[in-house]
Amino acid sequence: MKPVKKLFDSVRPHFEKGGKLSRFYYTFEAFESFAFVPPRVTQTGSHIRDAIDMKRTMIFVVIALLPAALFGMWNIGYQHFLALGQESTLVANFWYGFLKWLPLQVVVFAVGMTIEFIFADIRKHEVAEGFIVSAFLIPLILPPDIPLWMVALATAFAVLIGKEAFGGSGMNIFNPALLARVFLFFAYPAHISGDKVWISGLPDAMSGATPLGLAAAGDISLMPSAIDRFLGFIPGSIGETSTLAILLGAAFLLITGIASYRIMFSVFAGGFLMALVFNLWGANAYMQIPPWEQLIMGGFAFGAVFMATDPVSAAQTNTGKWIYGLLIGMFAVLIRVFNPAYPEGIMMAILLMNVFAPLIDHYVVQANIKRRLKRASVTAK
Amino acid sequence: MSRSIKLRKGLDIQLLGVAEKTITPLESQQYAIKPTDFPGVYPKLLVKAGERVMAGTPLFFDKYRESIRVTSPVSGVVTEIVRGAKRVIQEIRIEADSVQQYVEFKRMEPEYYDREVIVALMLESGLWPALLQRPYAIVADYDKIPKAIVISGFDSAPLAPDYDILVHGHGPEFQMGLNVIGKLTPGTVHLNLRHGTPASKVFTNSKNVQINYFEGPHPAGTPGIQIHHLDPVNKNEVVWYLSPCAVLRIGRLFMSGHYDDSRLVALTGSEVLRTGYYKVTGGLRVDRLLANNLREGAARVISGNVLTGTKISSDGYLGFYDNQLTVIPEGNHSEFLGWIKPGLAKYSSTHAFLSRLLAKKNYRLDTNMHGGRRSFVVTGEMEKVFPMDILPLYLIKSVLVKDIDQMENLGIYEVGPEDFALCEFTNTSKEELQKIIREGLDFLRKEMN
Repeated sequence: MKPVKKLFDSVRPHFEKGGKLSRFYYTFEAFESFAFVPPRVTQTGSHIRDAIDMKRTMIFVVIALLPAALFGMWNIGYQHFLALGQESTLVANFWYGFLKWLPLQVVVFAVGMTIEFIFADIRKHEVAEGFIVSAFLIPLILPPDIPLWMVALATAFAVLIGKEAFGGSGMNIFNPALLARVFLFFAYPAHISGDKVWISGLPDAMSGATPLGLAAAGDISLMPSAIDRFLGFIPGSIGETSTLAILLGAAFLLITGIASYRIMFSVFAGGFLMALVFNLWGANAYMQIPPWEQLIMGGFAFGAVFMATDPVSAAQTNTGKWIYGLLIGMFAVLIRVFNPAYPEGIMMAILLMNVFAPLIDHYVVQANIKRRLKRASVTAK
Repeated sequence: MSRSIKLRKGLDIQLLGVAEKTITPLESQQYAIKPTDFPGVYPKLLVKAGERVMAGTPLFFDKYRESIRVTSPVSGVVTEIVRGAKRVIQEIRIEADSVQQYVEFKRMEPEYYDREVIVALMLESGLWPALLQRPYAIVADYDKIPKAIVISGFDSAPLAPDYDILVHGHGPEFQMGLNVIGKLTPGTVHLNLRHGTPASKVFTNSKNVQINYFEGPHPAGTPGIQIHHLDPVNKNEVVWYLSPCAVLRIGRLFMSGHYDDSRLVALTGSEVLRTGYYKVTGGLRVDRLLANNLREGAARVISGNVLTGTKISSDGYLGFYDNQLTVIPEGNHSEFLGWIKPGLAKYSSTHAFLSRLLAKKNYRLDTNMHGGRRSFVVTGEMEKVFPMDILPLYLIKSVLVKDIDQMENLGIYEVGPEDFALCEFTNTSKEELQKIIREGLDFLRKEMN
């Protein structure tokens, strides 16, 4: 990799102190450290360091997203040709979906990264990798035909207001990707809800409702079969339809230990528990569907695996993580069953618990403090 | 009553270069005392370059606790006072005589003397700084009475010296040292051994102590962790701790009346050709140990272990508290797309590298940071290697914002920088946690006194 190294070495002087482009040093640094792990050595404290770093951590989340993303691209094409009643091949389906996904991804990346670079250069810190994950998440939680300018606006909102306003990566209260989605949901509801937007190129006369939409409207009987919902042959946001693909990603995250198993399991447990309670209540058809089916509907699995586990916006104590996840699962099912205006309960539930995560942690920390004070008063006697 | 404590959290980092069990005597003419070795001590010099000193002659004292003095390990001539930035004293260099002369201190049977007399002798001889204390992780306050004293009889750090070898054949001095230490506290003296491995008779036969057993990965052998589990430090309480090597030196002082800092040092690390134990005197210049004994390439020489030791140059000096010298490769190389490689040869406590599957043992790790500094993002990773009922991330954040109440509440009095060494090693954000804690402790001490 000598030529690449040479290239960086030759342009570096322009970005260093005194160079023409020194104000863009951290943008340069981002590209350089992307290509080469820097030669920096330990100065104080531990002389050796774990090989893990933020880049690898974040990239592993992106790798975990791949099954859901690839399946999602195929599914866009599949749903499209199905709605039009046309024959299609695997490759054609995938290619159609890929061309729908690519512009979204490019726009999200361009807008978000530009903002990240500008802030890094102004604040004089290295570019954090957190946005890489957000950037891959955002297109996967959007409908395929959403106008690109809206996506650009939502991304800018998420990065600026959701993240940089709080001080950048690691300081944000809300999950930035969900913030982008909720922005669109409230600003342009017609483009991200209802039964018209979930299938690309849907003819006007047809309905392309998601299972969640059907359930919210009370049409439980019209829902696709459970196996279709589990495998993902249904309309929906790009990456959320296939629970199977999401579980593949979840397995990768759990094996590598990148995501918190505490949160992931407790979200599913919370959803299951709430659905079970509704089963016992059984006031309407939505309440009566088997608990495990709640977990494969809509964005529940996607949210549990990729959104709730965001370490920055989640609870930070180990005990807190169990409580945080459990409440997300319960609220997600509660919201989607009780409020037909918000069929996607998981989005609201996670954002709500993002707000409460510091409160949960506060009580866990207080418990720790009380234990210590109690110990002191025991020895004082 | 002996206790047995099992720890689950922690991490044993397997490195190449464990010391061979050979003992070689080694002499040198070049020695130095480094005032920066002594936490919480602000040095005021007592000698000038050119002055003659004997083994036991005071070199400097602490500006704020004037009875604490540090003495010369050898007799000879002070050749140079080395100062660093802001004129901070870095080294007091001494060229040793070929025949050693000792300051004659009073020989004592500790049973027959009061605590004050014993404390006075330890202060006068310069052995006092071997005693450390929690809170603040500093050289012990002589006007406080500790509720307990803790001695860890094993070192669990990477490539750590085998304490059994260090004390082998020194039973009488060790017992004498324990008798002295027993006079310093009305409470218990704890001697902690590793569960499940036979310890030296010197340890198991010792009297006037409570022998406890600790089980589990590093940091099970560090005094901070042991204090937390045996007799935790609450506000206004003090616990002292010292190493078995210091116990030997104290015993020797009381038996012979000499300040005799001879000790074994383990030469370890992947870059050392012939590892082993060397019988030296404290403060030794390490060049003779390393000459013709290192692999090719840039190396980092560490007085101490890789997690908490001090970086020294290849003609630097052994630290006051250290029984180990480690040499590992420097890591100033860049790696193309290093963050995505499968990582067969890399060591990580996480499962994000394929090396995890190889069950490979004994890594050759270098000093590369493996990434850039970031905000704290990943949570829960510190808890995995921090076996205390303390929330490490919250404590660190309270230190960073200098919130004294919260620091106290979260257990700042119980910790020292070294307790965060493993957290620092595993930290994805590459923060310098030991430095943060040290600054926090210094800040707190200043505010409280």
